[in-house]
Amino acid sequence: MAKVTLKVYRGDKEKGEFKTYEVPIEDGMVILDAIHYIQANIDNDIAVRWNCKAAKCGSCSAEVNGKPSLMCKTRLDRFAKDEVITVQPLKTFPLIKDLVTDVSWNYEVNKHITPLTSKDEGEWVIYQEDIERVQEFRKCIECFLCQDVCHVLRDHDKHANFAGPRFLVRTAGLEMHPKDTASRTKYLKEEGGIGYCNITKCCTEVCPEEIHITDNAIIPLKERVVDDFYDPIAKFLKGLFKK
Amino acid sequence: MDNYKVIEHDVIVIGAGGAGLRAAIEASAQGVSTGLVCKSLLGKAHTVMAEGGIAAALANVDSEDGWQTHFCDTMKGGKMLNNYRMAELHAKEAPMRVKELEKWGAVFDRTKDGKILQRAFGGHKYKRLCHVGDRTGLELIRTLQDKGVHQGINVYMECTITKLFKDGDTISGAFGYYRNSGEYVLFKAKAIVLATGGVGKSFSVTSNSWEYTGDGHALAYEAGCDLIDMEFLQFHPTGMVWPPGVKGILVTEGVRGEGGILRNNKNERFMFKYLPESTRHEFAETEAEASQWLEATLNLTKSTARRPPELSTRDNVARAIYTEVKEGRGSPHGGVFLDISYQDSNRIKQKLPSMYHQFKELADVDITAGPMEVGPTAHYIMGGVRVDADTAQSKVKGLFACGEVSGGMHGANRLGGNSLSDLIVFGARAGLHAANYAKELKGKPSINGKEIEAEITDLERPLNAQSGQNPYDLHKELNHIMSTYVGIFREENDLVTGLDKLVELNKKLDNLKVVNNRTYNPGWHMCRDLKNMLICSMAITKSALSRKESRGAHSRLDYTETDKELSKVNSAVFKQDGEMKLEHTPTLSMPEELAKLFN
Ligand SMILES: Cc1cc2nc3c(=O)[nH]c(=O)nc-3n(C[C@H](O)[C@H](O)[C@H](O)COP(=O)(O)OP(=O)(O)OC[C@H]3O[C@@H](n4cnc5c(N)ncnc54)[C@H](O)[C@@H]3O)c2cc1C
Ligand code: SF4
Ligand code: SF4
Ligand code: FES
Repeated sequence: MAKVTLKVYRGDKEKGEFKTYEVPIEDGMVILDAIHYIQANIDNDIAVRWNCKAAKCGSCSAEVNGKPSLMCKTRLDRFAKDEVITVQPLKTFPLIKDLVTDVSWNYEVNKHITPLTSKDEGEWVIYQEDIERVQEFRKCIECFLCQDVCHVLRDHDKHANFAGPRFLVRTAGLEMHPKDTASRTKYLKEEGGIGYCNITKCCTEVCPEEIHITDNAIIPLKERVVDDFYDPIAKFLKGLFKK
Repeated sequence: MDNYKVIEHDVIVIGAGGAGLRAAIEASAQGVSTGLVCKSLLGKAHTVMAEGGIAAALANVDSEDGWQTHFCDTMKGGKMLNNYRMAELHAKEAPMRVKELEKWGAVFDRTKDGKILQRAFGGHKYKRLCHVGDRTGLELIRTLQDKGVHQGINVYMECTITKLFKDGDTISGAFGYYRNSGEYVLFKAKAIVLATGGVGKSFSVTSNSWEYTGDGHALAYEAGCDLIDMEFLQFHPTGMVWPPGVKGILVTEGVRGEGGILRNNKNERFMFKYLPESTRHEFAETEAEASQWLEATLNLTKSTARRPPELSTRDNVARAIYTEVKEGRGSPHGGVFLDISYQDSNRIKQKLPSMYHQFKELADVDITAGPMEVGPTAHYIMGGVRVDADTAQSKVKGLFACGEVSGGMHGANRLGGNSLSDLIVFGARAGLHAANYAKELKGKPSINGKEIEAEITDLERPLNAQSGQNPYDLHKELNHIMSTYVGIFREENDLVTGLDKLVELNKKLDNLKVVNNRTYNPGWHMCRDLKNMLICSMAITKSALSRKESRGAHSRLDYTETDKELSKVNSAVFKQDGEMKLEHTPTLSMPEELAKLFN
């Protein structure tokens, strides 16, 4: 039976190393299947998160040959025959064990974003064409791959000053909601640290939901911040036309 | 002894899917301190995977719809075994709960005149499923998650509850471990809401995740609750069949709701053959009529054409597919063909985006260009904790249950889309009544320290063992037993053999061995999960043996007809003197004004 060789990171906060495993290949197999094979047959204690096995829940994020990926969506037959595949945890978050990292910081960031705010208490009439963009943002499965790849967090550790692409997407989904009346530009400029983003688009490249994070969310938000804080006339006009 | 952490709340909700989140939001809105505990990260519960939609008689697309029709559809789908009062409350309250979701930020697909769009689904007379493409569950869970977070609910993520405590006959707390650290934790509470979901992990081919080990069912059983209707396990007709790694992953009923056609390897549209006499008149008689219905649906216009036969109830479609395959008319990988590719490819990608990606990426199939291969997969358990319809309270004082872990709402077979609505209707009710109960309770129920010590010893046995079996091997054995002897079609001999094998397997639970320590150790977690899966599997098998008829999702080869006497009883499994007992208890009888609706 054909086999694949995987080098998987094993370890915790204190110490760790790559361990090599040989796993028999089945048709259509994905990385997560290989990890499950290891769990059931070789090392029961290998830690990994997963739920849906169909790229819908965003649990199984890891770095496969250095690329932030969903393990349930990464097919083994995409790699060259005999290629050794390395699987390691997300670098941007503290390690708990093996492939599992502590992503709780993300949940804290979310608490600071003003939720949907509307005074319209009647039945809502909303047209499909007015929500296409918002629905794009709401596809986010919170896999945090974009957070992992963004250099502001990954290389510069600006967790305290920058919300990261995932939460810029979330904010955009609220700001562009047809019934929302709150303004989040102050948040974006200060706590959210949108100024740290220099539009490298790395986040967009890894997003498994193919959300155009930079073009559709971040750039329009940056424009709103500029309008509100650096362009008094635009701010005045916007005030006039806001419902 | 203080080798565990102690946390105290008025209400503890166990489970953070749609039901648990909605319960926690309601409880905390009542001003009681509320804690929400879940095994995965927040937002990753099963609810996130729901695809097709949420049923509510808003009548936005078919103006004839109303709660009465929704109620009747639900009861008929459940072959009248449902707790009628749950079905009634559900049909009446679902519209209000869906509109509430919209106000909290859910962005549903729209009709041309700007209302929430609704699609057709199996067993629903009218177009009733509110949806967001094929990712409705994601929209629902994210909306509730954000609402809950901003309301100040305390969330304890990646924490598994293993035991409930009582003070006399009153609930007093829950015990468990944090998955991350292995640290133990005791939750003291006045009221507890179970919202732990289902049991599918006992079967080898399932749409369910690692979380579905029936923990809530087992916890409630151990605490003295009744588990009713456990023989009714829904096999969803359309799961993926290839490649092996994705076998069982769901293909939403939305595909058929949008016009997907089922064919066998003779290119025959076989569902016409399998319509039960009792509902045949509700379905198209010819392919031409089915096409007319579709035409009208796509153009959002009216037509007198009836629904295509693919939209029969799930129990029926699953049996049809199983039979086609068994009789040699299956597809190359042992399923049948489901085809939507005859429609405009952009429309398919817009209405079924995640199905498009799922097949493209995992199976190398372009569903806009050719058919999918699909077959039945263990999906949902209708059975669960017996509760009072209005308050969601179980037999144990202060213990409430809602969502998939509760029983009664769906009877012998659940209609698609009726789960998501069930979650928010009864989640809200459970949260409200748990909060009221906690407010009224005098004094604090206590927890016996000895029971905690015993629980810790029990949990640690496989870590301390010198030798023993691999828990994953036992899991495979369990899957094999359930899939072989307690599958879609059942008969006496198989069920008896299955039960014997489960009893044998149960003995091996004391002899498990895992390596390493308690820090994020899935092997160790699996040991306790197995115990819960076995309790549920035995309850399913015993209940299946006791129902000597075919009804809804329960099909017996040795009793192929429905039985009049059995139409009036629910099976109930409970623990007595340390043993699993079973009783048939009478169904609730409907008041006249509801019974009239079926004339
Ligand atoms: C692929 C798929 C598609 C579906 N599509 C639809 C659809 O379109 N429409 C529809 O109506 N229904 C659908 N269903 C069914 C529906 O999604 C589920 O029945 C429903 O989401 C269950 O919700 P719940 O809140 O009861 O449980 P879940 O959402 O499963 O949540 C259970 C929670 O309990 C927690 N938990 C479990 N055990 C423990 C424990 N021991 N300790 C602590 N926490 C615990 C889990 O961590 C989780 O947070 C679908 C199901 C699947 C699998
Ligand atoms: S575009 Fe901005 S947010 Fe995205 S990765 Fe680059 S710096 Fe980070
Ligand atoms: S925006 Fe995309 S990459 Fe980022 S968390 Fe959401 S789904 Fe993942
Ligand atoms: S397991 Fe859900 S995204 Fe991979």
